[in-house]
Amino acid sequence: MALEHIDDSEVDIVIAALQSDLTSFLNAWRPLFSRFHLIIVQDPDLKGELKIPQGFDHRVYTKSDIDQVIGPTTSIVFSGYSCRYFGYLVSRKKYIISVDDDCLPAKDNDGNLTNAVSQHLANLTTPATPFFFNTLYDPFREGADFVRGYPFSLRSGVDCALSCGLWLNLADYDAPTQALKPEHRNLHYVDAVMTVPAGTLMPISGINIAFNRALVGPALFPGLKLTGEGKLRWETIEDIWCGMCVKVICDHLSIGVKTGLPYVFRSDKGNPIESLKKEWEGVKKMEEIIPFFQSVRLPRTATTAEDCLLEMAKSVKDRLGGTDPLFARAAEAMVEWVKIWKAAGASHSTPGV
Amino acid sequence: MPRGIPLLKDELDIVIPTIRNLDFLEMWRPFFEPYHLIIVQDGDPSKTINVPDGFDYELYNRNDINRILGPKASCISFKDSACRCFGYMVSKKKYIFTIDDDCFVGKDPSGKPINALEQHIKNILSPSTPFFFNTLYDPFREGADFVRGYPFSLREGVPTAVSHGLWLNIPDYDAPTQLVKPRERNTRYVDMVLTIPKGTLFPMCGMNLAFDRHLIGPAMYFGLMGDGQPIGRYDDMWAGWCTKVICDHLNLGVKTGLPYIFHSKASNPFVNLKKEYKGIFWQEDIIPFFQAVTLPKECTTVQECYIELSKQVKEKLSKVDPYFDKLADAMVTWIEAWDELNPAGAAVANGKA
Repeated sequence: MALEHIDDSEVDIVIAALQSDLTSFLNAWRPLFSRFHLIIVQDPDLKGELKIPQGFDHRVYTKSDIDQVIGPTTSIVFSGYSCRYFGYLVSRKKYIISVDDDCLPAKDNDGNLTNAVSQHLANLTTPATPFFFNTLYDPFREGADFVRGYPFSLRSGVDCALSCGLWLNLADYDAPTQALKPEHRNLHYVDAVMTVPAGTLMPISGINIAFNRALVGPALFPGLKLTGEGKLRWETIEDIWCGMCVKVICDHLSIGVKTGLPYVFRSDKGNPIESLKKEWEGVKKMEEIIPFFQSVRLPRTATTAEDCLLEMAKSVKDRLGGTDPLFARAAEAMVEWVKIWKAAGASHSTPGV
Repeated sequence: MPRGIPLLKDELDIVIPTIRNLDFLEMWRPFFEPYHLIIVQDGDPSKTINVPDGFDYELYNRNDINRILGPKASCISFKDSACRCFGYMVSKKKYIFTIDDDCFVGKDPSGKPINALEQHIKNILSPSTPFFFNTLYDPFREGADFVRGYPFSLREGVPTAVSHGLWLNIPDYDAPTQLVKPRERNTRYVDMVLTIPKGTLFPMCGMNLAFDRHLIGPAMYFGLMGDGQPIGRYDDMWAGWCTKVICDHLNLGVKTGLPYIFHSKASNPFVNLKKEYKGIFWQEDIIPFFQAVTLPKECTTVQECYIELSKQVKEKLSKVDPYFDKLADAMVTWIEAWDELNPAGAAVANGKA
């Protein structure tokens, strides 16, 4: 995959540090990360200094940085995985790639180490095709194309805003699923990238993700915080909530979301049975929000990611806020986030089509 | 056949259109021999098609089609593989698998021959998940499951009506693409099956296809193609668009992906271009038509949906070309013929609107 057309200076790698010692993590990613600038955001709840190996162009943001930029306490709490959004906020690059700090580069079916960075960038810099499904998946991949019957007027595609990668070993299952099959590991490397069709909802996991910050930056936000939210992915759905909003926004702006490659290798961590109690809240909340997401529509006047997010917040407040303070708070957080984004001088996102 | 996968040998017919010979069956013998074949002989009915020994089959040529359907035979194409849908109509089985006579047994990455029929059966007998996209693809496949954030209320899925397989070697490209990339071969084995989301259209290829005849059979009309018609190579496309719209309306699922077959013969791209070229233009009107189609709640059977669709085709597509007026009439004739040959099925409601 050629990176000639993307300058390294257009990319930031954002890492949320939920563990202090990032040595083995960063060393494992060194061949792929070392040419890029790293934004490392330390979980405000994590005490002490981070351990970062030599040789990376990086900047660490801690609780005090967050407090300084964000100001007095707001409805947004940047703890746990949510601290990464601060990294998205302070970045000024066009592309952001973010992986959890318990993930390592993955190997393909031939045993070769894969380049998650170049794959994410390839996904983001080739068009997405959300309006008609191509049965040979991403037609812009080498060795593939549009199949017979694919309308020609739809072959130029649209900009790809989001690239959602996958996970080998510990897949991103919820706690009940993993608890039922505790030994189950995802060994299945599927050599495909595809555009998720417009109008289709999906769970967007934050574990291995990349996006075009200029197109959708502010639409990736910290919003839904579960009462019992914890430090394991089984104990949160903040990324799922954010992802559902982003998908609706992308559909509205006619920009694309791809899923599939690249994979990362996700290390074993935590105990799903213990997480089950905490994450059950998340599972229940998902049921409540589905009808909302299936029917939410954004007005034509919303042409930027910021506008769209504000409209989403309004809808969330009107339709979900009354049923559960959790959603009312999420709506507030979304509005707050747009204010912060604008105040921090983060560049305006490109108006969508 | 692994334990637990039913052969369905008394419930499944294999429909093969042919104009030349059936030598390809020799390679498929280990997989196809238990099944009943329905061979639809296109072209000159006086020619004898040799069927290799040991296969249980019924064969229909044009004379048979005319005899059985009388004036209604006008809806069955001549000199085009679209005639295969006659085989669907006369079958008495629940499931159909259809394959082209230039499709051979493929090999998976380990070199093992692929039992395409077995995979289609697995696909059809497990639920589809059209309402929410699962990022680990078909959650009912061994080794996969629903990901975090996938609503539990949607995990039961819906019955699968169609299983759409793919092709290694010669990909199913249209004529313009074939002309530009005459040497391109599909060598990428993508090890997955997925449900095509509700509301999303796709190009359905008839080369390697299975479906539940009881659930969706009447929608699998392959249109008016070939001799005396202005268009060819859109038979399966047309059936696919009608089928998908009806499946979406009745909450039935359509899967695509595995199995792969090895497609050996690239048809002449200049011949293809002549057949397709009107379709390439008409497609630009046809697709928005199908994207906008809504079927009334009162349509609860496939036949009712299909008749309604034919009315809308007549109303909205006739202005594109008088061909569509003829096609709409043929769609009605097809349903009449189907109901005549399949009386018990006519009154049964399929799926839920």
